[in-house]
Amino acid sequence: MKYTCEICGYTYDPAEGDVMHNIAAGTSFENLPADWTCPVCGVGKDQFKPAE
Amino acid sequence: MKAVKITDKVYWVGAIDWNIRDFHGYSTKQGTTYNAFLILSEKPTLIDTVKKEFYPEMMARIQSVIDPKKIKIIISNHSEMDHSGALPETVAAVQPEEVYCSDMGHVDLSAQLYPDFEMKVVKTGDKIDVGGDTISFVEARMLHWPDSMFSYLEKENILFTNDVFGMHYATSKLFDDENNEIDWLYEAEKYYANIVLPYSDIVLRFLDTVTKMGLSPKIIAPDHGFIWRKDPSKIINLYAKWAAQAPKNKAVVVYDTMWGSTQKMAEYIADGLREGGTEVKLMSMHSCHRSDVVTELLDSSGLIIGSPVLNSEIFPAMADVLCYLKGLKKKNLVGGAFGSYGWNPAPVNSLAEMLKAMKVEQVAPVVSSKFVPNAEVLQQCRQLGLTVSQKIAEKLK
Repeated sequence: MKYTCEICGYTYDPAEGDVMHNIAAGTSFENLPADWTCPVCGVGKDQFKPAE
Repeated sequence: MKAVKITDKVYWVGAIDWNIRDFHGYSTKQGTTYNAFLILSEKPTLIDTVKKEFYPEMMARIQSVIDPKKIKIIISNHSEMDHSGALPETVAAVQPEEVYCSDMGHVDLSAQLYPDFEMKVVKTGDKIDVGGDTISFVEARMLHWPDSMFSYLEKENILFTNDVFGMHYATSKLFDDENNEIDWLYEAEKYYANIVLPYSDIVLRFLDTVTKMGLSPKIIAPDHGFIWRKDPSKIINLYAKWAAQAPKNKAVVVYDTMWGSTQKMAEYIADGLREGGTEVKLMSMHSCHRSDVVTELLDSSGLIIGSPVLNSEIFPAMADVLCYLKGLKKKNLVGGAFGSYGWNPAPVNSLAEMLKAMKVEQVAPVVSSKFVPNAEVLQQCRQLGLTVSQKIAEKLK
């Protein structure tokens, strides 16, 4: 499932992963490290909500 | 204090801060302006305010064209306090019918100003009638704060862009056609590098969105520096270029030195880069400001960092600039690291971790010197410069 940052609107797509933080494609949002941060605005996972 | 006419219906009513030299850690050698705009429609509208202490200047400029109490609408395009600091006093004096901001603007203004007035949230595509003209809104999240918003005055064809397309440049000449590029280009680059750079991907997407929306503003009015009325495409094209971060054959060597050893190493590295055909900027943190380092890095492809060791740590001024550069997320860099130590080489070697954290591709081992570099170490330094130069050349192919 995709998750969207409530602060800046960035959407984490598990199919893409996060190149900036060396997160491999296929990594679910739940499996992102606890200290993972939004690659755009820098906030933590707790600021993300499931994308509509 | 007088307002400055932009069109028959729109006036600049901001303030000029000739004296500011440190803008939250960014050196502003030419001062800045805080731009606010007054639209003399049937419902007079104010777009943004100024830094709190410049409230009297803004009000005097408004007073020169209209009784401030006639203002019916205030729009906050950006909540940062150099544009919202005077908002509470302005609202108290003007008693407008409406204050508009973005969704995140509501959150951010609330947490900064603790306002005792209502703010109405507008979203992309929303329009308001200002009497005789219409303002439409475009949210510009992270350009450069979550709340950032553009307001477009339709009939006058003016796009008010908050901090985007601005620069810290105090001038009595408030229009692009009155200023010489040689005077402002570095300040525009510096603004991009220090404020907008980490959001370059968003800039590229946003420019595309604005084009698709069919917006082709005759005038671009940012919140700092002058107004683009003769050639707004000039700054749009510069943004497209800076946001692309296309590699150029240029490198920055940034270092600090304690007893001259790391400086000597830096000079040999710079000479290796030059020999390889790469333009190089050698920047000592004794002499250069962090905000100028990132400005030089904006169009560079190489970054080489050097530090001596003090109390088993890297030098404080290097920790400062590396923290700053990491946050600004310049892309497409190759580089290396070097430094002199007395008895503990670990801090110099730790610079490799810094490069990694900054996403700089390290293309050669760290060069370190026990105390003063000998001929062999200086040759390694020259080779480091040559290697980085060769890697840059490969990227440019």
